[in-house]
Amino acid sequence: MSHIHLKDVSKKFGDTEVIPPLNLEIKDGEFVVFVGPSGCGKSTLLRLIAGLEDVSSGRILINGEDATEVSPAKRKLAMVFQSYALYPHMTVRKNIAFPLRMAGLSSTEQGKKVEDAAKVLNLSEYLDRKPGQLSGGQRQRVAIGRAIVREPQAFLFDEPLSNLDAALRVGMRVEISELHKRLATTMIYVTHDQIEAMTMADKIVVLQNGRIEQVGTPLDLYRSPLNVFVAGFIGSPKMNIIEGPQASKYKSASIGIRPEHIAISDSTGTWKGTIGVSEQLGSDTFFHVKCEFQDQSITVRAIGGLELAYGQTVFLTPEKEHLHRFDKDGLRIK
Amino acid sequence: MSTQQSRSAAKVMLAPAVVLLMAWMLVPLSMTLYFSFKKYLPLRGGDLGWVGFDNYTRFVSSSSFWPAIGTTLLIVGGVLFITVTLGILFSLLLNQPFWGQGIVRIMFIAPFFVMPTVSGLVWKNMFMDPVNGFFAHLSRAFGSEPIQWLSQESILSLTIILSWQWLPFATLILLTAIQSLDSEQIEAAEMDGARLLGRFWFIIIPHLARAITIVILIQTIFLLAIFAEIFVTTAGAFGTKTLTYLIFQRVLESQNVGLGSAGGVYAIILANIIAIFLMRIVGKNLSD
Ligand SMILES: Nc1ncnc2c1ncn2[C@@H]1O[C@H](COP(=O)(O)OP(=O)(O)OP(=O)(O)O)[C@@H](O)[C@H]1O
Ligand SMILES: [Mg+2]
Repeated sequence: MSHIHLKDVSKKFGDTEVIPPLNLEIKDGEFVVFVGPSGCGKSTLLRLIAGLEDVSSGRILINGEDATEVSPAKRKLAMVFQSYALYPHMTVRKNIAFPLRMAGLSSTEQGKKVEDAAKVLNLSEYLDRKPGQLSGGQRQRVAIGRAIVREPQAFLFDEPLSNLDAALRVGMRVEISELHKRLATTMIYVTHDQIEAMTMADKIVVLQNGRIEQVGTPLDLYRSPLNVFVAGFIGSPKMNIIEGPQASKYKSASIGIRPEHIAISDSTGTWKGTIGVSEQLGSDTFFHVKCEFQDQSITVRAIGGLELAYGQTVFLTPEKEHLHRFDKDGLRIK
Repeated sequence: MSTQQSRSAAKVMLAPAVVLLMAWMLVPLSMTLYFSFKKYLPLRGGDLGWVGFDNYTRFVSSSSFWPAIGTTLLIVGGVLFITVTLGILFSLLLNQPFWGQGIVRIMFIAPFFVMPTVSGLVWKNMFMDPVNGFFAHLSRAFGSEPIQWLSQESILSLTIILSWQWLPFATLILLTAIQSLDSEQIEAAEMDGARLLGRFWFIIIPHLARAITIVILIQTIFLLAIFAEIFVTTAGAFGTKTLTYLIFQRVLESQNVGLGSAGGVYAIILANIIAIFLMRIVGKNLSD
């Protein structure tokens, strides 16, 4: 149970400022996802919270107490690393028990807690193996097990699923979400995958170059992105951004429209274009439509297996109520 | 590399090397065995015929045998202890980022390139000499009587000299091992509440276990055979006669090749016992 508050926190490596001063509040029990492109400072921010890096300025409050100078162990946070960082010479049992052993618990208490954690994570059969004898997904679960036995104030995850294959990733995503529901502990989760962010988060923090672009619920970000960057980053496939005369018609520097908010027809519509590549997913079809006013093709989602031939002329109609307008600085026009 | 054909081709191509290696090892070994059963005194009558196990019993019953074994084990054990302990310490230090790291690392290896004879003489004359040595000056500066290093503390002196020589080797091997330690593991341990000593004991030492056994194995093999350092410093006096040195004295000073050869066979047996013992440990560490 914890409430984490970053006040004007910044981080410099030498002369380069990786994170300019930022403020962020994470409420008790929230599942917060930091998302952003590679190198935007997500891991750095997480490590600042963990205490593995020192802040260059600002303060970190955990449960209202200043934790800026507190050592990582005393912050009572648990971290799951991208590489899992299991101890290779210890069995799974010893790995999971390690934090308890360091805390000086008796071996019977250790054993009991390890068994409980293993049961929750389906690891009971593997307790006497070494990490080298486990699959990626099992190692991931051991890392999570090592984190949960400590009953930490909050969990920190740094891209925990990026080493797993696609199918396993979906499974683990659900498992972590369930874990959050059951434990109701604050979780901070770093990813560059916006689908993970959308599906798991209570609150998403979109970062770019160390700056917070927007904080909000997944639907907030989807429905009303504050700027062009967030608009383009959240949602899959990406939102179409249209500039120039077509945008001026709506009194804005650029307009954004999601693929699912465009109607496609072979007879009438606002924009005329020709079909380029089409991606059939069975349930949906994504058409890349080339329009004369835009170099980049416009992505359109059609429900079901609509079949349109390559090069065919089509007409697109954006849904007005789902049109996003941005000014010349890329900020949303209300 | 493992079709039937490539395997038999590999055998054929390896054969010359294997034969050469066998000859290289077997000829001296069988000659040592041959002489060890003979009374052979080159300057006092030459080959005086077969004597059975006489040389073996005489070598062991000589009053210098057990002290020599003791000295050997004491020196080898001492040097191993010092080089491994300090090696871990120095490799941890050298792994920290600091200004001039590259130069310091190279300088650190330097003792390893000094020839044993030279290093023995340097230590004897420049450091441990009771009149002009650095240590003597140092103790006089503090107003105490200089220690007669090589006579009063002969085994300790030799251990120091050998440790100085072998420390760079140990440090180098351990440093490369430390560099391969994933920093996230240390960070994970830090978050799990392990303090500095805890991280050292539970994460770093197990990670180094393999490198440590390799250092011990290689150093033991070389340390069992040290000779030059003893020859130029104490010449075997003051209780510094190791097994190797004793064999040397039997063969060259007493001109008794048969007796020396029997000693050589004992040395081989001793080395093998230690090697098997160590290989067990290394094997255990390597298979994990
Ligand atoms: N120890 C360091 N010294 C100097 N620069 C660093 C250090 N660690 C990170 N950086 C820089 O800080 C920036 C942010 O790095 P960070 O690891 O936080 O990115 P990230 O958002 O986690 O990216 P990814 O998704 O690729 O993991 C990068 O430009 C990186 O080069
Ligand atoms: Mg990262």
